Order: sequence, then C-alpha cells, then structure tokens
Amino acid sequence: MEDKTIERSYLDMELLRFTTAGSVDDGKSTLIGRLLYDSKAIFQDQLEAIERASIKKGEEYVNLALLTDGLRAEREQGITIDVAYRYFHTPKRKFIIADTPGHVQYTRNMVTGASTANAAVILVDARHGVIEQTIRHAYIASLLRIPHVIVCVNKMDLVEFRQEVFDNIQQKFHGFATHLDLYDVRFIPISALLGDNVVDRSKNMDWYQGPTLMYLLENLYISNDYNQLDSRFPVQYVIRPQSIEFHDYRGYAGRMASGTFRVGDRVKVLPSGFTTTIKGIDFWTDHLESITAPQSGTIILEDDLDVSRGCMIISEENGIKQGQDIELMVCWLGDKPMIPGGKYALKHTTNDLRCMVKEVKYKVDFNTLEKDYSNKSIGMNDIACISIRTTKPLFYDSYRQNRVTGSLILIDEATNVTVGAGMII
Amino acid sequence: MSKKVPINHLRELESEAIYVIREVVSQFENPVMLFSGGKDSIVMFHMARKAFYPAKVPFPLMHIDTGHNFQETLDFRDWLVQETGVKLIVRYVQDSIDKGRVVEETGYTASRNKLQTITLLDAIEELKIDCAMGGGRRDEEKARAKERFFSHRDEFGQWDPKNQRPELWNLFNGRKNLGEHFRVFPISNWTEMDVWQYILLENIPIPSLYFSHEREVFERDGVLYAKTPYLKMKDTEKTEKRIVRFRTIGDATCTGAIESLANSVEDIIREVAATRITERGGRADDKRSEAAMEDRKIEGYF
Repeated sequence: MEDKTIERSYLDMELLRFTTAGSVDDGKSTLIGRLLYDSKAIFQDQLEAIERASIKKGEEYVNLALLTDGLRAEREQGITIDVAYRYFHTPKRKFIIADTPGHVQYTRNMVTGASTANAAVILVDARHGVIEQTIRHAYIASLLRIPHVIVCVNKMDLVEFRQEVFDNIQQKFHGFATHLDLYDVRFIPISALLGDNVVDRSKNMDWYQGPTLMYLLENLYISNDYNQLDSRFPVQYVIRPQSIEFHDYRGYAGRMASGTFRVGDRVKVLPSGFTTTIKGIDFWTDHLESITAPQSGTIILEDDLDVSRGCMIISEENGIKQGQDIELMVCWLGDKPMIPGGKYALKHTTNDLRCMVKEVKYKVDFNTLEKDYSNKSIGMNDIACISIRTTKPLFYDSYRQNRVTGSLILIDEATNVTVGAGMII
Repeated sequence: MSKKVPINHLRELESEAIYVIREVVSQFENPVMLFSGGKDSIVMFHMARKAFYPAKVPFPLMHIDTGHNFQETLDFRDWLVQETGVKLIVRYVQDSIDKGRVVEETGYTASRNKLQTITLLDAIEELKIDCAMGGGRRDEEKARAKERFFSHRDEFGQWDPKNQRPELWNLFNGRKNLGEHFRVFPISNWTEMDVWQYILLENIPIPSLYFSHEREVFERDGVLYAKTPYLKMKDTEKTEKRIVRFRTIGDATCTGAIESLANSVEDIIREVAATRITERGGRADDKRSEAAMEDRKIEGYF
C-alpha cells in the first residue's frame, strides 16, 4: 500500500541543511531549480509563472533561476541579493537550502548560510575552472567547519563532457585545499541545465562512476555532524509554574548544544561551578531518559542551585574553557569598519555581554589565503584573527570542536545591527 | 511514562521552533503571538504550550479580526482559548474603518486583507508590543523566502528587505530602539507538508473547514469561493453546492476552496503529496501582482 507509506514515512526522514555557493553565472540558480523541479518540489502554478516570465524575456529554456529570486530588486537586476531558503524532500530526507549569492561583495551572505549547514555545494564553471571565488568559497566552508563539501563541476555540456576538464579541476582544487581544514570533499561533473548527474545519471559521461548529486545529498552520513562527546546545555529560560499542582517545579529549559545527558548524570553548573545530579528531563508531558543535541527540553536538577538564563550545564568530568580573553576568527558583516579598541555587544549561546576589541592579529588575504600582518583595517566581508576581552567570563569550546559553544556574534551598540560573526580559536 | 523521542526531521524542526519561542520570551518584554485560527498559527501555539509546560504560555494570543472570518474559525478560536486558558487579545478592522484609519475597498474583489496591516500596527503601538510572533513560512511565497527568524521593524512598522540583519547559527539578535519592534517566525523552516505531518504526529485539533464538507460556492477566475455576506457576487455568477474543503484559512473574501473528499488528516496528507498547485495558488491576495506579498510585507503585513 503506497498510500500508507506517504503518511508514515516522515517518521524516518532526516533533516539536511546545505548551502550553495558559486560565482555569477555559474548556474547555481539553475541547479537549485533543477533539484526542486526533479524532486517535484516545484508546483504547477510556480512553473507556469516562470514559463510565462521566461517567454517574456525571450529566453530559450525555462529559466529556473526565476524561481529563486524573490525580491523585486533581484528580478529587476537579475541577481540574487540576499540568502534565500528553499525546501524540498525525497522519501529519505528533508532538505533546507540556504541559497547564497555569488558576488564578491556578498561574502557575509555565504557565511550566514554556511553557519548552520551540514554540507556546502560549491559550483565551478567547467569552462573557467578553479577561480578566486572558488578558493574563497572553499575557505569559508573550511572556516565555518561545514562537515561535507561537494564540488559540482557545472556546464560539462559546454566542454563536450570531457573527462580531462573535470580531472584538471579536481587536481587544482586539491592543490589549494590541502592548506584548508576540509575533511570530506567530493567532486561531481554535472550539467544543471540538462540535468546530467543532478538527479539522474548522465548518459554523456560514462567515465564518471560516482554518485549523482541527489544521491550524495540523500546519503551523506550526518549523524556525526553534531559534537557527541561534550555534553553542554545552555540554560535558555527557567520554568516555574507557581501553580498548586506544580508548586515546587523548577525546570531549566533549553536546547542541547552538543552531547547527551541522561537522568542520573553528574553535572556541573557554570559559572557557579557547583555539582549536582540530573533528576529529570521533561519534554511536554513526557519524562525522558535522555536528551541529545539538537533536542529542546527541560532539565530538573537534584539540588536547589542558583541557575538562570546564561548559565550552562555541563558534564562533571568534561571540562570547558573559561575566560575573558578570547582569540577568534571574525568575519566582518557591518558596513562600518571594525573599530580597534571599540566596544561591542556580544551574544554567545544564551549569554549577553559586552566586549572590547583588543587587537587585530592579522587579516586574511582573500586572494592568496595568506595572513596579512601589515594591513589591519577590517571592513565589510573581511576575515581576520582578533582578540577580545569580555566583561565577564565566557564558557566556551573552540569552534573547531563545537559549532554552538564556539560561535558568537558582535553587535554595534549604537545601531543594534549584527556586525561580526566570530569563531573562537 | 518514559520514552525516547527520535530526532527525525519533524522533531528537529519542533526543537528549533521551541528554541525560537523561548528566545522571544527571554529577549522581549511584551511579546504576543499572532493567531489567525489557521493551521500554521495553531501548530505554532501548540509548540508554545510545549515550550513552557507545566507553566502557562507566558504571552497572549492576538487575533486581528477582519470581520470577514468564517464562523468555524471563530468558534475554533474561542474553543481553544477556553480549553487552554491562554489570554486572547482581539483587535477589529471594523474599528479601524469606523475611526477613519482605513478606507474599505469596494467592488467585486473588495477585501480587508490589506487593511489589517493598519489595525495590526495600531495594536502594536497601543499595547506597546515589542515582538509579534507569526506563523509565516519561507516556503509559502518567494518574498517570505528571504525573511529572517527575527525580523526587525522600524518605528513605522516597516520591513527593509534589502537591509536585513545577518542571522548566524542560533544566535538571534533582538536588540532594538524604543518604538521599534520585531516580527518573529518560529516555523520559518517548515513546509506545508511538515505542518500536516506534525498535526498528525501530535494529534492537534484543527477547524472543521480543513475537512471535506458540503458548501454553497461559486467560481471566479478558476477559484471556488464560499457564498458569504462579505463577498459581492456578479450577476453572472451562480452558486452551487459542492463537496469542498479549504487548504488555507484566511478571509472568506480571498480564500479559495478546493473540491475534495479528504476528511481526515491522513487524507489531507495524501492529497497534499499528490497536489501540483501551491497552497497560496488559491489566494487572491497574492495574485494582485508579482510583488504583492513583498509590498504588503514592507508596509508591515504579517
């Protein structure tokens, strides 16, 4: 009974978030359009609308890019300005695409899209090969610790589907990627326009034996993408019903940042450092035995301790770094340059505090990926290594180990705008 | 009772939404949750209850009542309020019309859909609301696909789509100046299918309008509209009884019905899986122009 599976199959579906990066005209929107179209996530009325628009513009093929450009300015200028989120699913997985624009000046959008991604799809135009933009995209994937990188060599149809073009690009990519922190990189030769190796296997490239893009997206092993070793629970909110039925109830609500807690675990509460035992884990009316990242829930402790938003519950034996002097990589997002010695508001897990920029150690030269110790002015889209001092101690891990407890944002206190994305070293 | 919750995609989306709702309560002083009586706001409210249980939901629901609702929607709203003990605030578009704040549209396509923006913004100002949670989803419409979870509104309640704050990891920046507010969308990452699957998984009650029933309808521009006192019919338009249901619930003036025999959530999921038209395909409010949603959102629409 196929109908039965439609209703119940969702209980076995996993969620995969990926980001797409490419230069202008790499065919990124076409690729996304293809994924959506071939997985039947595009509806008839949407397709008819873009068919009408394509004809109006006098285009030869149905321009699938028109599906993803949501803002009027984007349609008018034919470019993507902002991160757009797209959704599709197959029987195996539900996918969230963070579609980020490819222009040089929009590095901040790729960083935004990359921050929550399990995988990055980087597009390379087969005719142009590895270019500066490719290197930047790979660098950001590495900096943001995206667990899986898929390099799609697109427009293979325009190079007669020749294997040496693909092999060359693969070699070039490996050449510079050895300097980066990428640990799962795959290469696929595709034609997004014609659909080769996107969902269906290409009939034009017998020499390629690897998986299609869709197969990879469906089968990437993502269970290890969350840190499973270090149990951390940032307290988000304290639940105190103060009702007759739940008179003494005091639960700490939050979302498991990494690892697992079980009822009976010995834990430490920061910043006080007091230790206690987990008495219960509640979710709605259920009493759970354990809670694992990224689950939300409510933890009840054995002892009556002073715990509030901004505190963190960690396992007793597994330490976390603490300190006020933090070194981090920062991607600058604000349109005003970073002020050395300047003060910024800072958000880290559920903590709000302030910090001062103490020193710019170096800026990353985006063309060579070398450290530039001479030019220390940090403007929008720059990536730099800086040190800050916070107003109170932070409990953190390095971003390499933990994307939740190792990340922070800086906020301009005058405009309230998010101006920096920080990854703790 | 003890059980392990598996992390499938629905549980992950649920966890994310609950995280966002708890952030709202932690970061804002006077938040409300916008409630239309439609499935998205029902699901959002369900998760709000889960987020704070066994305490009560620490914010009120707010309904912007156009006066053009289906009676079933209002009955359901009142039942839910009674059942859960949540506080409900209602503001009426009719009051805005009476006060001269807005002018009623006229003609056959007259709708109060656009007018509710003013009523909403007036309510936000009057009640000093600093955050209004909404059930908007990014998959609904292309302008919504660019929306943040935490969406900043200036002192005029306007959205600036080209100048949105970057949103990284799960670090939501709700800082603002006096008089500004935020719109927050906890179910941003959900699709129509996710919502239905979650309703089935959690066994959440929904208004009867979503299920198959007999109703007097008439056809206009390929859309089936219910016969109501709020929608003026042309002389050439004739009503007939058909077996229909609603895929979305908005005002009677702009929400189309579909012919359907689906009378359980399972049936609806099968129907959604097979359908090839988006759910807003039956919404006249979106068809006004290609940027209809973007324009309304900039002004301060939901």
